[in-house]
Amino acid sequence: MVEIPVNLQLPPQREPIIISPDKSWARVDFREIWDYRELLFFLALRDIKVRYRQTVFGIAWAIIQPFCTMLVFSLFFGRLAKIPSDGVPYPIFSYAAMVPWAFFANAVSQSSDSLVGSANLISKVYFPRVLIPLAVMLSGLVDFLVAFVLMLVMMVYFQIFPTFQIIWLPGLLLLAVITALGAGLWLSALNVQFRDVRYALPFMVQIWLFITPVAYPSSLLPEPWRTFYGINPMAGVVEGFRWALLGTATAPGPIIAVSSLFSLILLVSGLLYFHRMEKSFADII
Amino acid sequence: MNSPIIKVENLGKKYRIEGRFDRYSTIRETLKEAFLTPVRRLRALAQGHGVSDAPETFWALQNVSFEVQPGEVVGIIGRNGAGKTTLLKILSRVTTPTTGRVVLAGRVGSLLEVGVGFHPELSGRDNIYLSGAIMGMKRVEIARKYDEIAAFSGVADFLNTPVKRYSSGMYTRLAFAVAAHLEPEILIVDEVLAVGDLGFQNKCLGKMSEVARSGRTVLFVSHNLSAIATLCTRGLLLEKGEIIFQGNSSEVISQYVKLTRSMEPQDLSHRLDRKGTGALRVTRFYLEDEEGGVLEAAQSGGCVRFVLEYEGAAGTPLREVAGHIMVADGSRYRIFSFLSEIVGEPFSSLPPSGRLICRVPDLPLLPGNYDLHFSCLVGRQLADKMHFAASLVVAEGDFFGTGRLFTDRDAYGNVLVHHSWTVDTASRTF
Repeated sequence: MVEIPVNLQLPPQREPIIISPDKSWARVDFREIWDYRELLFFLALRDIKVRYRQTVFGIAWAIIQPFCTMLVFSLFFGRLAKIPSDGVPYPIFSYAAMVPWAFFANAVSQSSDSLVGSANLISKVYFPRVLIPLAVMLSGLVDFLVAFVLMLVMMVYFQIFPTFQIIWLPGLLLLAVITALGAGLWLSALNVQFRDVRYALPFMVQIWLFITPVAYPSSLLPEPWRTFYGINPMAGVVEGFRWALLGTATAPGPIIAVSSLFSLILLVSGLLYFHRMEKSFADII
Repeated sequence: MNSPIIKVENLGKKYRIEGRFDRYSTIRETLKEAFLTPVRRLRALAQGHGVSDAPETFWALQNVSFEVQPGEVVGIIGRNGAGKTTLLKILSRVTTPTTGRVVLAGRVGSLLEVGVGFHPELSGRDNIYLSGAIMGMKRVEIARKYDEIAAFSGVADFLNTPVKRYSSGMYTRLAFAVAAHLEPEILIVDEVLAVGDLGFQNKCLGKMSEVARSGRTVLFVSHNLSAIATLCTRGLLLEKGEIIFQGNSSEVISQYVKLTRSMEPQDLSHRLDRKGTGALRVTRFYLEDEEGGVLEAAQSGGCVRFVLEYEGAAGTPLREVAGHIMVADGSRYRIFSFLSEIVGEPFSSLPPSGRLICRVPDLPLLPGNYDLHFSCLVGRQLADKMHFAASLVVAEGDFFGTGRLFTDRDAYGNVLVHHSWTVDTASRTF
């Protein structure tokens, strides 16, 4: 028999773990999530490595999706319907919005299915469940970066050079992540109990695309309605992206402020609901 | 006096039984329930019944309290459905208790299944890191032990291959190699070690005793009594969700053996884990001998009658009834079945309550415990079906009429077959 080396180097004593039937809306344990950051990294890495296995185009799909949508939009909305594009060429106008939108749509769809897809993990081993949808966000960012490279190429092609406004881009990306995570937390936790989510989701994402100014500018709306448009947090994200990258006319400050507020509400409520439900995941999944 | 590393106080876990519904519901069902429940309650009140249709629940664990000192190796035994797995799931924080409290004063590693978190598309190498991280190891820790894990698994040459191309043996070995290098202060192990070939099981047991000797605390669930006897310093015996005995491992084993040696008539009328229309329900099960006396155990080669007492739903005629009894071994493989409509015609008409009796002239099973699944059809529709409905105890008996007995199920299998051996002096030419 193989002799197994057993190492008695024990980690430093920590506070005891207490398991009790705590059903309250107790606070979310962020320190624990931080302690599990390495697992988060491995889960994200797994998603990235597995996503394009056995595909012909591989990671190119991250470009193909938004690019083809942009072509169709340019033809039908830009050329035929002559939808205004805030003074920049329509293709780059819609692609600048498609990049964050594609991230959002994929992240929401994938995170909604993520818990149910990890049923085996959830019923066999403990870790903060929130890592699962969180890992989907991280792996989605890789696709975002790939799609963003094409954005830069298009900017060179259309001779549009960003101004200092581009420094806002990481903040806008964070806003997109918060929105996607908030929606993903709600939907993934709901999906554990109600598989209806699986059927409602594609439809919901489609509707959400129509109510987000991806194919058209929010400047079609007069103020103050334009500001209220920010209640859909993706409206703020998309308009913010255009402004930061392409320097479209007016700074979308008010709309982004409203969007930030509502995306935070979505995230906090999602976290609380998720936290409330996560204890019963293993029993009902 | 050392303080306990595991302290369990008054632990209980209640599950809702959702009857014939799937485990997950749809919003439509939830809405329907929300509307119909008040209506049903009002109707019950109007008819003079009390309000008593709270969702059916059952306690998988109740009033469980115990303490474990650092360095103890505690075996948990009990029959199927006694609550062992539920207890381990609570201790490993996969599910939360309904009542009570657990204090764990150390890092917990749990092995409820070998290969948790393995992804078929990823390489062996990636899976070592991923499943190590899932089981709570740090990246540097995995990196440090990577070579050991690779060597221990015996699949070191294939670590760049996706594990979906592995044989099941290679897969299990790699998965266990990762688990074996987990170094928690408290190790919780379910019956995972009962998989794989004998060599693999021995390797697992070797690893378990290694961990035990190193001074770690281990909680170990098994049906393998010899493993419990050699590894564990202490044992807990669970029955119907409660600890009915604690003591040193040999005492616990003898209590367990006593518990499983005899069978009383098993009342099934309260069982809710049924499927089917309910036109007929099996309410009790017991064994009888040829003369109609109740048996405590069947005997290898003995004549035994399996008796299913049933009740029909009011107003439903019981026509074309068939009874099924499936016999499964402890590891859940089905061995054989008794199907009334195969050996004869379905019963054309039955009284509203009565007994279905299945007679087996010489029971071809080795001594040991078996699980029984029952189902009944009425008019070719499934009326009642229960998995793990009852257990069957088979005692030693003279199946072959030679006075010599098979006893070791692990070595010879579960089933006895009548046969004979002869000898021929010349070898045949083909």
